[in-house]
Amino acid sequence: MFTFAVGSALSIASILLAVIVLAALLIWVERRMLSFWQERLGPNRVGWFGIMQVVADMIKIFTKEDWVPPFADRLTFVLAPAIIMIVVLMSFAVIPFTPEVGVIDSNVGVLFVLAMASLGAYSVMLGGLSSNNKYALLGSLRAAAQMVSYEVFMGISLLGVVVLAGSFNLREIVETQADGWYIVPQFIGFLIFLIAGVAESHRLPFDIPEAEQEICAGYHTEYSGMKFGMFFVGEYLGLVLISSLITVLFFGGWLGPAFLPPIVWFSLKAGFFIMFFILMRAALPRPRYDQLMSYGWLFLLPLSLLNLLVTGAVVLVSTTATM
Amino acid sequence: MFRLIKDTLLSQAVTLWGVFRKLFVKADTVQYPDEQPYMFPRWRGRIILSRDPDGEERCVACNLCAVACPVDCIALQKAETEDGRWYPEFFRINFSRCIMCGFCEEACPTNAIQLTPDFEMAEYVRQDMVWEKEDLLIDGVGKYHDYNFYRVAGKQVAGKDKGEALNEAEPVDVRSLLP
Amino acid sequence: MTEKAKVEITIDGVTYEVNAGSNLLQECLTLGMDLPYFCWHPCMGSVGACRQCAVKQYRDAEDSAGLMTMACMTPVQPGARISIEDAEAKAFRAGVIESLMISHPHDCPVCEEGGECHLQDMTLMSGHNYRRYDKKKVTHRNQYLGPFINHEMNRCITCYRCVRFYNEYAGGEDLSAQASHHFTYFGRHRDGTLESEFSGNLVEVCPTGVFTDKVFSENYTRKWDLQTAPSICTGCGVGCNITPGERYGELRRVVNRYHSELNGYFICDRGRFGTGYVNDAARLATPLDGAGNELDAEAAGRQLREIAGNAIGIGSPRAGNEANFALRKLVGEENFHAGYSDAEHACMQLAAELAGDPRFYNPSIREIEQADAVLVLGEDVTNTAPRIALALRQSVHNKALELADGANIPRWQDAAVRELAQQERSPLCIFACGATRLDDVASDRVIDTPSGLVRNAIELAGRLDASAPRTAKSHEALERVAGQLLAARRPLIVAGTSSGNIDLIKAAANIAGALQKRRAVHENHGGTAAPVDLCLLTAEVNSMGLHLHLMTRQENSLGEALRKLSSGETANVIVLENDLYRRAPHAQVDAALDAARKTAVLDLLPNRTTAKADLVLPVTAFSEQQTSYVNYEGRAQLAYQVHRNHGAACPAWQWTGDFEHFRQALLDCAGSVAAFAKLGEVLPDTSNLPSGIKVPRQSERYSGRTAMKANLNVHEPKQAQDPESALAFSMEGIPPRRDATILASSWAPQWNSNQSISKFQDEINGPLRQGHGGTLLLEKKSEGGEFKPVPANGDGGGLELLPAFQIFGSEELSSRSEAIRARMTDAYLAVSPADAERHGLQQGRGVRLSGGGIEAIALTCIRTQMSPGAAALHVGDAEIDYHGLGSQVELAPADAPEGRGLGELIVSDLVRMREER
Repeated sequence: MFTFAVGSALSIASILLAVIVLAALLIWVERRMLSFWQERLGPNRVGWFGIMQVVADMIKIFTKEDWVPPFADRLTFVLAPAIIMIVVLMSFAVIPFTPEVGVIDSNVGVLFVLAMASLGAYSVMLGGLSSNNKYALLGSLRAAAQMVSYEVFMGISLLGVVVLAGSFNLREIVETQADGWYIVPQFIGFLIFLIAGVAESHRLPFDIPEAEQEICAGYHTEYSGMKFGMFFVGEYLGLVLISSLITVLFFGGWLGPAFLPPIVWFSLKAGFFIMFFILMRAALPRPRYDQLMSYGWLFLLPLSLLNLLVTGAVVLVSTTATM
Repeated sequence: MFRLIKDTLLSQAVTLWGVFRKLFVKADTVQYPDEQPYMFPRWRGRIILSRDPDGEERCVACNLCAVACPVDCIALQKAETEDGRWYPEFFRINFSRCIMCGFCEEACPTNAIQLTPDFEMAEYVRQDMVWEKEDLLIDGVGKYHDYNFYRVAGKQVAGKDKGEALNEAEPVDVRSLLP
Repeated sequence: MTEKAKVEITIDGVTYEVNAGSNLLQECLTLGMDLPYFCWHPCMGSVGACRQCAVKQYRDAEDSAGLMTMACMTPVQPGARISIEDAEAKAFRAGVIESLMISHPHDCPVCEEGGECHLQDMTLMSGHNYRRYDKKKVTHRNQYLGPFINHEMNRCITCYRCVRFYNEYAGGEDLSAQASHHFTYFGRHRDGTLESEFSGNLVEVCPTGVFTDKVFSENYTRKWDLQTAPSICTGCGVGCNITPGERYGELRRVVNRYHSELNGYFICDRGRFGTGYVNDAARLATPLDGAGNELDAEAAGRQLREIAGNAIGIGSPRAGNEANFALRKLVGEENFHAGYSDAEHACMQLAAELAGDPRFYNPSIREIEQADAVLVLGEDVTNTAPRIALALRQSVHNKALELADGANIPRWQDAAVRELAQQERSPLCIFACGATRLDDVASDRVIDTPSGLVRNAIELAGRLDASAPRTAKSHEALERVAGQLLAARRPLIVAGTSSGNIDLIKAAANIAGALQKRRAVHENHGGTAAPVDLCLLTAEVNSMGLHLHLMTRQENSLGEALRKLSSGETANVIVLENDLYRRAPHAQVDAALDAARKTAVLDLLPNRTTAKADLVLPVTAFSEQQTSYVNYEGRAQLAYQVHRNHGAACPAWQWTGDFEHFRQALLDCAGSVAAFAKLGEVLPDTSNLPSGIKVPRQSERYSGRTAMKANLNVHEPKQAQDPESALAFSMEGIPPRRDATILASSWAPQWNSNQSISKFQDEINGPLRQGHGGTLLLEKKSEGGEFKPVPANGDGGGLELLPAFQIFGSEELSSRSEAIRARMTDAYLAVSPADAERHGLQQGRGVRLSGGGIEAIALTCIRTQMSPGAAALHVGDAEIDYHGLGSQVELAPADAPEGRGLGELIVSDLVRMREER
């Protein structure tokens, strides 16, 4: 029923490495870009334009005291950051970077991504819960509510694309876009997916579970050292993942004029969205928690359902017309 | 509906565009230790105690700076000279607590305590951030050149008898009933 | 107290119920409104001098124009309609303050009043902030007013409160309003020490900084920086309520704390300036053994308990109840002895017996002020219980109030009442051996030797009631005084234990008893009448408390203790806060302490007794401990700890090791000593404090917390904890607002000065809201006593020696304070000119006293009004063996001892030396 075509070990290893290095590099990119947008200079002392800042940060984070608060639930506390790393990396497995590069070619790729995103909620929830700290608890409550809510619209918003492509296979979805990117017919779906994606990866402006001004650092208040680092890198991985998914689902993935190889096209498109997310962080204020929830349930949910309905109707009409 | 789109999408897009444009603006900050920033004269940095134009300590130990201080990092003790001039016996600022808010300067009725544009006050030992009067007192008038509290207020001190302050008449002869 | 009549008035459209017969200002303040004022003082009534309390008064609801009136001068009329908020009234008040401030020197930063200044408060409240007047300010020269008070006349706003207090209220003669119009000057006729014993109150009475506390100024701290707690003055047996303030580990000053029944708004200068000893460098800080080596606290406590095994405990009238109780518990009830002289011991027994007699009533100060005929028997009240003297001075004003009532003048119309009465005063008769400081208001004086006074007093009792014993002694005033006492609505007899003359107390009891018997017949109450006021003054802060500990063991006198020690009956002795050489003949004390195997002394300053001790334990001073004291009325009051202990000093109840907490000591005392059954009531009701939340000792504006000790270590120490009381050594907690259960400091929004007290009173001059005024411990017996037989000793022919007291110098601890020492004299012997001539004595030269086999040298002080045959010896801080001299002394001229001389002696009848003239 489900098909999984697994790629070579070399390609798995190189994708894993590339994704993780990219995520780490993003720390520097984000800090640098944020500072430009805020009329500052940003980290520019370590290495060429400060690019070695990533290494400095990593040395720092690896050599920090590995502290588990005595009041925390030890097992869950240690487990939680690992979950997010694992599930996000797993999600990358189904992303088709180019026709050649990819780990798994699955006929349920979209569902797999959604399933992994649901598991990600456990990470922040357990992290906050096991910290046994009131801010962490509040953060994890917020995270749980936010992620569960936005998962719904995220899933529904994708279905328009799935209906158009007639497949859950991400590779096939890309290939069906050879005639035109789904951004055009599925613009509303794109917007909802974009918003839900930001909420799912709880990036600014939807970083409500870790709102510093209100609840310290939310679910990762008690985390330090590499355990915090895993949450941190997990967040950047999520950023890359969402950007990649948008590229795949709405912007034709690796497709592009032939003067550039497919991987470059893919990287350019994904990079654009990564930059866009960083710009959002620089520019947009955080909504209130209740605004986030009511916006999701009262506006996005009806809108995404409507989008699916209309897409379905159009597809139904057009297919019956051609038959 | 239009309003909702305007609020949720359009205004966000305008903001994003506004911030994006900053990419092409020169940075406000400088490469600090290599390049010194310009410090405005009213910058709120290291605190000093100044002297009046006659070279006397301006601080009269009124305690208003201490009470205005939100982190309570100023402690002093009033003492008095033979001629009635008040001065601080000790005046201590714990700079490891100071938040450079400048309330002390606002509160000072004699312009004695002033904040200066010097911000390079880091120390390796926290104890070294406790400054006493000897460390704080400078030999000049600071930002305010002419003010001398005792020339204005009515209290008698050496070199200024009763009736010699600003706008004061000669002391009254209580034994006279003349109008 | 009868329920006061109430009337309804309307203020700014809201109707309130207020006391009839009062004035608008007082009632507005009672209602908690912010109406500015200067010249009005809650205790001194209205004179309408400053015009600051102007309000609009309307005829009726239709009247919208209204009329400007001075609230302090306008009686409350039923249905009156007034407005405080009216724009015109506000503008008027702003104009008044602006003109009052025309010549103010704007030197608040260098003014000791700044931060607790009524003028600052009122200026802000009235809305004035900028001097528009561009002409010159009037200036004045200051005066030297002695070691207590600073003068800065430029700050004056001519409210006249100072002279009204100093002259009219406290009877001072050397402060007056001088010059005229806008040159008005308040000062002395020339530089010199203010003579009144209550001059310190000028600091609190003056609404601005004309009169400031000189002693405080030397170690000045703003009000908001003082750590304060409610405390009790330990200067005498009255138990005035005070608020001491501490900063940087030093006791900085003492101010009055309002108590509606006791001190009201005023305390005496001994209480205000006599606490410097707390900061004395000589304070005992660590436990010492006999050789002067320091011991650690644990070893010292162990040694104390070892000594206690076979020891006599000598209590202390200047230590609190818990300290005395702890010692009593440590050595056992049967081994606990009195810590005052044997003569005083006998007097205290009698005083307590009389306090339990239903024929008599022991009046509070507020009640003393209501007496309309007073007889003072042999007690130099001004010097032994100064605050009572101030109250007696008010009692003579009752005649004026009575006249005012008759003329329909409200009592608060102070100037009018005084104008009406002129020199009319209620009778005050003083029996004394010489002139006293109350003579200026006395209607009659009987001056005689101590034994002569007793005989006169017996005779007076006999004239009041035929069944009382009589003597042949007669004084022309007696008949008149008898008539005045009988005619009085509320007569008062005052005597005291200070002089150790028990016969005078007996005579006082006979007079009061005779009076009560006659009044019973007059009033026809079936033989029982209301009790007569008999005020018996005790010498020290806890004399009465110590006596209550000894109630069941009346034979345990100090003399008995010394005898047991000298005879070897008991091996060891533990002395609590006492210099025995002040209490008994030196030879006896020496013999006892030499015979004692081990002597342990608990005290706060080194003295002659600690010098002989084998173990010295430092104890806390009054401001460093929580304890209860019992005053002359038998009123137990709780004093809270103000600041941290000095060195290793502990309260005595901690040294004995029987109690972990103060509360245990107090409740155990209440539970096991019958006389203290009600002591538990002094503990504050903290039920309105959420658990764990405390009352802060520091104000919300307390400054410098992160810098005060930063010179020692930049890492701030943990805030000191106080497990013993509801107060905290910090700013955190719930400060008293309108609830005065524990009034650490009086402050209200917009009212930084001491005038904020009105925000805590039920009504002006009424009790503090939920405040605890103390608990009266003494129970009345059902049966009244009989007349006391008084031995009417004849003149012995020689000179009768009696103690002379000085407000500055007679009390042991205050006389070790620097400020008080500046006002002290050397030891002197007061004699009449006749006696001086007979013995060849000259003013200011020395005199050699001999009696009881010992000799002493003092200064000669010739006083014109001294009774021939009487010689009053003031010991002060000289090491004179007063108790050893006996009651009859021989005099001889001697060289004057080097020292302070008599310069600071304030008496009216001193024969002036030539060079002093």
